[in-house]
Amino acid sequence: MTALNRKTLRDLWQMKGQAVAIALVIGCGVALFVLSRSMLHSLELTQNTYYQRYHFADVFASLKRAPDVLGDRIAELPGVSRLETRIVVGVNLTVPGLPEPAMGRLISIPDTRKPVLNQLFLRQGRWLAPRRDDEVLASEAFALANDLHLGDSVLAVINGRQKRLKIVGIALSPEYIYEIKPGDMLPDNKHFGVFWMNHEALSIAYNLEGAFNNVTLSLMRGASSAEVLQRLDELIKPYGGLGSYTRKDQPSHMFVDNEIEQNRQLGLIMPSVFLGVAAFLLNVVLSRIINLQREQIAALKAFGYSKLEVGWHYLKLVLLIVGVGLMVGLPGGAWFGHVVTGMYAELFHFPAFTYHLTYSVVLIATIVSAVAATLGAWGAITRAVSLPPAEAMRPEPPTTYGPTVLERLRLGHLVPPVVRMIIRQLERHPLKTSLSVMAIALAVSIIVLGNFMEDSLDYIINAQFRLVQRYDMSIVTTEPVSHRAIYEVSSMPGVIHVEPTRSVATRMRSGPRHRRVGISGIARESQLYGLVNVEGQNISLPPDGLLISRKLGDILGVGVGDTVEVEVLEGKRPVRQVAIAGALQDFTGVAAYMNIEALHRLMREGPVVTGAHMLVDPLHEQSLYSHLKEVPQVAGVTIKQHAIDSFNKTVGENMMMMRSINLMFACVIAIGVVYNSARISLSERSRELATLRVIGFTRGEISAILLGELGIVTLLAIPLGLWFGYLVAALTVSSLDLELFRFPLVIERTTYGLAALVVMLASIASGLLVRRRLDQLDLIAVLKSRE
Amino acid sequence: MNIAAPSQTESVFAARRITKVYHMGQVDVHALRGVDLDLYSGEFVVLLGPSGSGKSTLLNILGGLDTPTSGTVHYRESEITDFDDTGLTRYRRDHVGFVFQFYNLIPSLTALENVALITEIAKSPLKPVEALEMVDLLDRKDHFPAQLSGGEQQRVAIARAVAKQPDVLLCDEPTGALDVQTGVLVLEAIQRINRELGTTTAVITHNAVIGETADRVIHLSGGMITGVDRNSKKREASELTW
Repeated sequence: MTALNRKTLRDLWQMKGQAVAIALVIGCGVALFVLSRSMLHSLELTQNTYYQRYHFADVFASLKRAPDVLGDRIAELPGVSRLETRIVVGVNLTVPGLPEPAMGRLISIPDTRKPVLNQLFLRQGRWLAPRRDDEVLASEAFALANDLHLGDSVLAVINGRQKRLKIVGIALSPEYIYEIKPGDMLPDNKHFGVFWMNHEALSIAYNLEGAFNNVTLSLMRGASSAEVLQRLDELIKPYGGLGSYTRKDQPSHMFVDNEIEQNRQLGLIMPSVFLGVAAFLLNVVLSRIINLQREQIAALKAFGYSKLEVGWHYLKLVLLIVGVGLMVGLPGGAWFGHVVTGMYAELFHFPAFTYHLTYSVVLIATIVSAVAATLGAWGAITRAVSLPPAEAMRPEPPTTYGPTVLERLRLGHLVPPVVRMIIRQLERHPLKTSLSVMAIALAVSIIVLGNFMEDSLDYIINAQFRLVQRYDMSIVTTEPVSHRAIYEVSSMPGVIHVEPTRSVATRMRSGPRHRRVGISGIARESQLYGLVNVEGQNISLPPDGLLISRKLGDILGVGVGDTVEVEVLEGKRPVRQVAIAGALQDFTGVAAYMNIEALHRLMREGPVVTGAHMLVDPLHEQSLYSHLKEVPQVAGVTIKQHAIDSFNKTVGENMMMMRSINLMFACVIAIGVVYNSARISLSERSRELATLRVIGFTRGEISAILLGELGIVTLLAIPLGLWFGYLVAALTVSSLDLELFRFPLVIERTTYGLAALVVMLASIASGLLVRRRLDQLDLIAVLKSRE
Repeated sequence: MNIAAPSQTESVFAARRITKVYHMGQVDVHALRGVDLDLYSGEFVVLLGPSGSGKSTLLNILGGLDTPTSGTVHYRESEITDFDDTGLTRYRRDHVGFVFQFYNLIPSLTALENVALITEIAKSPLKPVEALEMVDLLDRKDHFPAQLSGGEQQRVAIARAVAKQPDVLLCDEPTGALDVQTGVLVLEAIQRINRELGTTTAVITHNAVIGETADRVIHLSGGMITGVDRNSKKREASELTW
């Protein structure tokens, strides 16, 4: 090994504490990057493989009833590759061990062959025996949530008659990676499940022999989906078609995509911040090292080492630190990636999952961290390289000190000399001081960033489930029923208050943009449904016009005062221009609301309802459930508490796990930064402090000088860091403004408090470590060595 | 200023009318005011003068560490005042050995490694152990600078400077930070290098006694050469005291 390489290694060893701190920061950034990229890649790969192998359809459509021959005509549409017609019905379920009613979706599969599209993966048990009308395959998520096993049965109300269905197999489908009840935004696996049943049995039960009510298609490569949708809609319109849609609007696919997208965004922001901080730290540390090694650099150059050789010498130091960071970050990220991907695979119920870490991810992580670190160190290295040797040989001229701002304000006499020294020091090195303040501020901001998601989620839960959904329970009917049904419901036991709802499937258009969205008609002076505008204020329902999600307005490119074309996809299928009366703040999916009476006018219909919101006395819940189960028109019951639970389970759990990882890494960075700052000021000032000790200052007094400086820097950094944190959180929120899920920019005081507290504790801990070193200060050696 | 040229040998350095002006804020400091100087092959020269006389500046310019504001310096056939940074680096690397007042050893490297630092980039270096042997420090080769006395550190610095077998050895106050006995040891080492290797040597000092060991003593004051003495008989460093 050359002598210069030995110097690199010994220099590194000399600064091992700081080097480890920086390497850990880099390691955290690399780990987060590798984690998110590999997880993303693995999920996408798993999703695609699943879709391909099990022939996930491209186009989906529901209708009321169409003869089988229509299927042949659809198959002839240009661009259609394969087609499957089937029967899909919603049923009320009684599940053993579950007091409240659950909802099932029965999907027909051919008796004698495998489905062409949306094929099933049989996780357990066996396929359906042909011609059996009492056997079903149950979805894994539902079976697991309700602890159902092979051989167990559920009771389903099939076309008004209760029937016992025996579970003979547990299955998975690419169509139901997430099982979301119609009208819901999130899966509730306990109360909604998908079942597959023989086609013949289902068609007989629903009088749909020789007919179908649902069709899925796959498209040929290069086919225009817009064109197929349009022609398909024309074909199914006479048969009560509800509008066809592609994967983009398919709830399960949308949810999975949303989840992947969310991770993609988060996986970019956090590692960037980490690597930025690491680069910054390297700059600070290296500047200081180079400052201390001025004369060594001069000697190297005097003896004929070239600029390139000197620059490379210091760059090697940086790259070694990066190397240690990578050694921690790459395997760490791979490990976390494996665990998190496994959790997602379980959540998504993929039939099989492979964790896949590509070389390109490793390569990019390596290059990006090396480049970031090099950029961070660049300034310091170029300064070293361009140091004229003759000049570097002379010691740095002493800094000019003068009266500080306190003294200029004639307040100097108010503070003790030690404080004056601290303030002079800080004021005399404005750049160094502001760099230290910056570094610690970044640490504060990272903790804010790591923690604010929880505040955001808490806010969503409160807003969504307390301010907006003020009811305890909601029901939907199989089809529009007379509003007299409301009176029946209100007379049931335990029902305190009922308000009708009317939901209509529509397609909204504005210019070339369009979106399938249901309009919810709600009562004019609704007490059970609160509407909150984008400013977060409660608003009342206007007599006419639409209130839409702010995000829906963005998608359609319309704002308040504009009109959209509403194409109703049921009944007489009217097409109307409707004005946008307001934009709403909501966080899951997109929605549109209307005064129920205005909606009736739009539909040219009498007072019909498709559901109700209810306030319920918890004491009578059980008997209310059994009453509701017996009403054949009731297609589904949603209990708000279950929605909250499932929200916490699906969104909350994943977010919280990422949050814990982020927060852990954020604490590492905070401690790394603060410790580094303390160490740097110690080594820069050890000579001065030793001199003070020699002339009679006590350990306590010199500690006060150094730690006082650290304290002031920390105190300056905290408010700045909180503000940075706010800005980065705002950036995160805007990058996560997705259709299915959005986050409000809400940062609680506790989060700010946590960030400040962690950094202060890190500061105190670093202070103590430095203080220990200060106690061991070798007075003679420090004074002898001429820095 | 006329410098008496020794008859026997060729000129290694020829400096003509060199000036150096430092701009210190609003003040211009004239470190050198038109210096003409020749150094000859194998010669031992002492540049004597008080601090601020410009001797360090002159040495730095001869060694390619600094460039003059005006004037020319020839090193053998090359005009080093024409060199760019790369040229100066190469010149220092191939021809010049430096010894500094404060040793400038790399604290994280042992004595041997400090020497190796130079031999690794030189064209035809001595072995590092040979160089340390010349300054009598072989037994200290694995010590770090912090474990060596000032005189020992300076001798390591000398070993480092001569290990590349430089054409010229430039020493800036090599004994400035040392006591008499140690200073004598260091001077002995320099003298020995000059004698045994025939390295042209220039030593800066403000200590007139050291001049007695030189072939020529060049007096500097106020940025100008004020006189040149030739020693008909050089004294051994071991005989000196101050």
